[in-house]
Amino acid sequence: MSEKHFKHKLYVKENKAVAFSPTTLEKINTIISHYPEGQQKSALIPVLHIAQEEMGGSLNVDIMEYVASLLSITPIEVFEVATFYSQFYLEPVGKYVIEVCQTGPCAICGGEDIMAYLEEKLEIKVGETTSDGLFSLKAVECLGACGSAPVMQVNTEFYEFLDLTKIDTILAELRSKKELKKPEEQTWKERLS
Amino acid sequence: MERKIVLEHIDVEGIQHLDVYRQHGGYLSLKKALKSMTPDEVVTEVKTAGLRGRGGAGFPTGMKWSFIDKKSGNPRYLICNADESEPGTFKDRYLMQHIPHRLIEGMICAAYALGANKAYIYVRGEFKAVIGILNTAIKEAYAAGLLGKNILGSGFDLDLHVHSGAGAYICGEETALIESLEGKRGNPRLKPPFPAIKGLYQCPTVVNNVETLANIGWIVNNGGEEYAKIGIGRSTGTKLISACGNINKPGVYEIELGLPVHEFIYSNDYCGGIKGGKELKAVVPGGSSVPILPKELILKTIEGVDRLMSYESLSEGGFISGSMLGSGGFIVFDEDACIVRNTYNFSRFYHHESCGQCSPCREGTSWMESVLHRIENGQGKTKDIDLLVSIASKIEGNTICPLGDAASWPVAAAIRHFRHEFEFHVNHPELIKNIKHGNLEKLDVKN
Repeated sequence: MSEKHFKHKLYVKENKAVAFSPTTLEKINTIISHYPEGQQKSALIPVLHIAQEEMGGSLNVDIMEYVASLLSITPIEVFEVATFYSQFYLEPVGKYVIEVCQTGPCAICGGEDIMAYLEEKLEIKVGETTSDGLFSLKAVECLGACGSAPVMQVNTEFYEFLDLTKIDTILAELRSKKELKKPEEQTWKERLS
Repeated sequence: MERKIVLEHIDVEGIQHLDVYRQHGGYLSLKKALKSMTPDEVVTEVKTAGLRGRGGAGFPTGMKWSFIDKKSGNPRYLICNADESEPGTFKDRYLMQHIPHRLIEGMICAAYALGANKAYIYVRGEFKAVIGILNTAIKEAYAAGLLGKNILGSGFDLDLHVHSGAGAYICGEETALIESLEGKRGNPRLKPPFPAIKGLYQCPTVVNNVETLANIGWIVNNGGEEYAKIGIGRSTGTKLISACGNINKPGVYEIELGLPVHEFIYSNDYCGGIKGGKELKAVVPGGSSVPILPKELILKTIEGVDRLMSYESLSEGGFISGSMLGSGGFIVFDEDACIVRNTYNFSRFYHHESCGQCSPCREGTSWMESVLHRIENGQGKTKDIDLLVSIASKIEGNTICPLGDAASWPVAAAIRHFRHEFEFHVNHPELIKNIKHGNLEKLDVKN
């Protein structure tokens, strides 16, 4: 993980003003109230999920400092959490982040082929984003759905029992509704409340 | 041997909703526990039941509960470990998605037994759908007076919240989970002190797996003695087994402990045999960290006795010829599976998931991955095989948490039982180039 994070602009501030909407702030205060008084730091991971979702799909220094100020903790406490957990992206990602499981149970059921096919179809390598900013392709470890292997996750949705034909359908579907959001696609804010 | 406790009524339509769940006997245990039993009586029933932790370690739940420090005067916490991340394991997700109230009911009884007024369900971040389902169920329970202040007029208060992780296998380790719940990196803590003394916010805490807690309601309703009658020997009750890999019917099965492994793999009630009529090659019976066993040792012990799905039978023979029940992640490999490639895959997983705190694990998992990568790609030497055994033995037992052990066991076991495959890779680099896993062919649309 180290090389990626050192290359990242983690320590470069853009000094852009960031702020949550009043309704989001209200939601965040509810989350903070789930923890005992003085333990508001516990809300860090849930708040980072909301921040990432509402502020462009990835985290940067400005966002992390803003989150730190909301929770009355130091920025470094946010940086160390954001760099530890694999669901937080420190570099910009596409509108759809395709995360393909590459761990054993999926691999023996064809997960390797799924990844190779996606690389071919999207014309990018794993870890990259398409030039139109629509898709990012990531390799992730076990998604906990081994019984329906091979699996992948696109943003909040799981896609299971994959085969190459299904990949074609999914990509076409996602491409066709670029700006649309699936009705069943709940946001982090909705799910955490 | 089909016996349903945690998955009882799972097929009923709408069972994820409170009203339907209650129509089918849901939440009856609360009335019994909160109104007619003392907290210690609930603990005693769970002890009598012989229930053991379903997350992997198999530690007796009642005993874990009795360690909680009730004298310190600090608030006590109950945490449900729903950070299911062990490759091959997907039973908790299934349970929470389909019958979330079973878990909530168990948690209320458990919190009452422990004297905890605050409880959290720590769900891995990838299970976003599950988080939504749990929050809906919790809302229903609050609205019905099953959570919150003065539950069912008993004077017992409990607040229950869902907390999401963000992608870290290590947070399934209970002290790492506690660190993560406190908003920090998931670095496991040195034990002792154990969480029962100093856990969340340095207060007495019990961390239990989803499936473990889902058993509590039944135990309260029917009594520990009845529960202890199910299963075999010290493996009481049922177990959720998540079966995956090269089998005809992957999925989650609730079995009575003691079911023969042969029946589980070949019966149509369970795995339904090996996919494509192929031969069974090997099984990892309890999630990726437990030792892999070849066909002959998974079906029978070295003494020739039928192997059963139980804590004792699967570990019969120690690590020389046995394995572990672990989390119940049952991964089946057919004759075409490449054990070297799979071992490399698992070691990459553990390298990725090591928190980096202890040198033997941080460095060792990286070396194992590199050496295995070398062998898998036809550049290995015979001495590399012994090097792997040596690295594995130096990680094991030398780390703060069990991730080091979990990383070294699969490598050591694969070499113990399939050394010939590693040697073949070393000796025939030209032949192994074309080995890959899976064979998804694009269906020809014209046909």
